[in-house]
Amino acid sequence: MLNCKETTRLLSESQDRPLGLGERAALKLHLLMCKGCTNYSHQMSFIRQACSHLETHGKEERK
Amino acid sequence: MNPADELAQLRPDLLRFARLQLRDDTLAEDVVQEALIAALAGKQDFAGRAALKTWVFAILKNKIIDTLRGRERSINLSALAVEEEGFDQTFDRLFKANGHWSPAARPGDWGDPEETLRQTQFWATFDACLNHLPASTARIFMMREFLEFEVEEICQELGIRSSNCYVILHRARHNLRGCLERTWFGPNPRNATC
Repeated sequence: MLNCKETTRLLSESQDRPLGLGERAALKLHLLMCKGCTNYSHQMSFIRQACSHLETHGKEERK
Repeated sequence: MNPADELAQLRPDLLRFARLQLRDDTLAEDVVQEALIAALAGKQDFAGRAALKTWVFAILKNKIIDTLRGRERSINLSALAVEEEGFDQTFDRLFKANGHWSPAARPGDWGDPEETLRQTQFWATFDACLNHLPASTARIFMMREFLEFEVEEICQELGIRSSNCYVILHRARHNLRGCLERTWFGPNPRNATC
């Protein structure tokens, strides 16, 4: 069983490499049971989304 | 508006972007200047401002990548080690002995991402948090997220192992989320269970 600490690492790595089948299953199982890590997972996606918007949502378009 | 004026208006945004990547004001000025000159020389017809902006940013990104490649190739490994040590200490404190969140550190709900991204103020906070990342960690994070390098490319470019790269990227993302939670989202209701 994954603990939360390992889960945060895997959530980050999932943005950098394809996770293996076992890793994905373990991650899914943990997220089903853990609200904190589910929030963490959304936060990781949010950060990536914000990074991709950094240039286009610059000051220019915020008027 | 003539093309030169339109491009000049983009300059502050370009500079801000280049500064975040390069962490060197003089270098940032130089690459932005080069990008603007290249853009002006190759000015095509653009349907709108957004298209022009996207195109100029693509030029800028390439200039930044060239600059990074021209710089010292390998990253300062001892600086990275120091950054890592500092991180490990604060990171470990977030968890109980069994590796689960300690109640006070449990991540909260950040609400609707689209709504946040629409807020002008948010971008100042986000910039500040990016600037707070330790320099070597930030450099790798920027290569990954803004210049869109694959992890393998970053490793080759900087001479680090890919396993190390994953750790560094996790550190960067984790620091960013911590900074955003402290400075933007605020303390969250602690009713989440794990």
